[in-house]
Amino acid sequence: MTTQLLIAGFGGQGVLFAGKFIAYNGLLEGRQLSWLPSYGPEMRGGTANCSVILSDEPVGSPIVSKPDILIAMNLPSLDKYEDAVVPGGMIFVDSTLIERKIKRTDVKVFYVPATGLANDIGLPTLANMIMVGKFIKESGAVSTNNVESTLKKVVSARKANLLDMNLKAIECGLNLEG
Amino acid sequence: MAEKVLMKGNEAIAEAAIRAGCKHYFGYPITPQTEIAAYMAKRMPKIGGTFLQAESEISAINMVYGVSGSGKRVMTSSSSPGVSLKQEGISYIAGSDLPALIVNVQRGGPGLGGIQPSQSDYFQATKGGGHGDYHLIVLTPASVQEMADMTILAFDLADKYRMPAMLLADGTMGQMMEPVELPEPDDIKVYEKPWAVTGTGKKRQHNIINSLYLDPEELEKTNFERYERYKTIEENEARYESFMMDDADYCVVAFGIAARVSKNAVIAARKEGIKVGMIRPITVWPFPKKPLAEAADKVKGFLSVELSMGQMIEDIKLATECKKKVELCNRVGGMIPSPEQVLESIKKLAGGND
Repeated sequence: MTTQLLIAGFGGQGVLFAGKFIAYNGLLEGRQLSWLPSYGPEMRGGTANCSVILSDEPVGSPIVSKPDILIAMNLPSLDKYEDAVVPGGMIFVDSTLIERKIKRTDVKVFYVPATGLANDIGLPTLANMIMVGKFIKESGAVSTNNVESTLKKVVSARKANLLDMNLKAIECGLNLEG
Repeated sequence: MAEKVLMKGNEAIAEAAIRAGCKHYFGYPITPQTEIAAYMAKRMPKIGGTFLQAESEISAINMVYGVSGSGKRVMTSSSSPGVSLKQEGISYIAGSDLPALIVNVQRGGPGLGGIQPSQSDYFQATKGGGHGDYHLIVLTPASVQEMADMTILAFDLADKYRMPAMLLADGTMGQMMEPVELPEPDDIKVYEKPWAVTGTGKKRQHNIINSLYLDPEELEKTNFERYERYKTIEENEARYESFMMDDADYCVVAFGIAARVSKNAVIAARKEGIKVGMIRPITVWPFPKKPLAEAADKVKGFLSVELSMGQMIEDIKLATECKKKVELCNRVGGMIPSPEQVLESIKKLAGGND
């Protein structure tokens, strides 16, 4: 099985980190994978996205142009990539920041008020990881077993205090109903 | 076996270089290869090595020239406009028969161009680049694992043949992360360098590192000798990967990121019943002429997939002696062909012949 994932939002929302977490999770499961960031003159407030491919086969092109799953963290990203998602795919929308509903009827959509929830639980910078939690729960693309061991890989030892915060945010996403 | 870690291609180059025994890095920052310099800046001081951000690419390559003369493994890295600046120094290094590693993580050109991936420095890398008759050994990684492996191979080949080697990557390869297994330092080869200038200790004659020969007969001799060595390299070091070529009627030729994209297209074309395969040059100098010449006797046509206006296509035509048609499928300026575009080009190539 191959899952092509596109995560897109503003620079500073942790879009690349979210992708890295998912990629590392795949690595711990022994999957083949690639992680490719958009790079350029982007900075906080600009646009950022990353392509993650998880597969049982060696990954060919690392560029995701037709994602199976889109995580849209802001409106410009949803506007840009909504039509690119393959029929039968999934879209995860940060519904705090994106007021509109999606137009597509042939994909499964999850409206997650991630930015609002992140503020509510006192982790305002971790909306990305709430989305990751929801993604793990609904997509089945990676298992729920390796969350903690993955975090230990992607959060450097120097910032160990961030580990619990990330875990809390992911669990918030994992426990969301609907 | 070492544990697999997730690394950016640029970081994999830097870590592999250190493991290969390179303790001296000179560079100047430029997107999309800055992670190499950043990694070296962090690690070199900890292992007693040198990281130096030079005042320009020109000084960086001349620092490489100097360290190489002392017999130490040394490297520089840059991206297209920066590599252009280094060409004078590279020619001097080649003219002095010194090993060194130059990494080019290519971006769109010409001029200052853009910062997105490109392969449009192919001519510069494979046909000399600077002045005079010379070549570099040019390796083209197509995965983060190969970024690491080929860094070590490039150091080995450079030492073995006493000539500069280039890793010709692109922005995608530099920026993407993939699982990579790094080599153990125990596996690293060490080459004798009796030519190095390390101090005579009053026990031997001076070694001289030089590229200036005012006597034309002597200069001609050095050129002839160098090209004898190049002949050996062409015979022994051309590397390539063959994919689905056994029964192929058509042959895609692509390297680096273009080969990754093309692989998807070849698989998709096979599903539609088109017998197509791919030859991926791993060295572009020496160019894998032999497998292409052999393919020319079997297939009906070639498709060169490049992130340039068509540079490698000339080497394909030379290697195949234009026996079969060679079409081009390309994007430039930082754009990358999609698998769909390559598939369309394969179909067009196949349709025109059946």
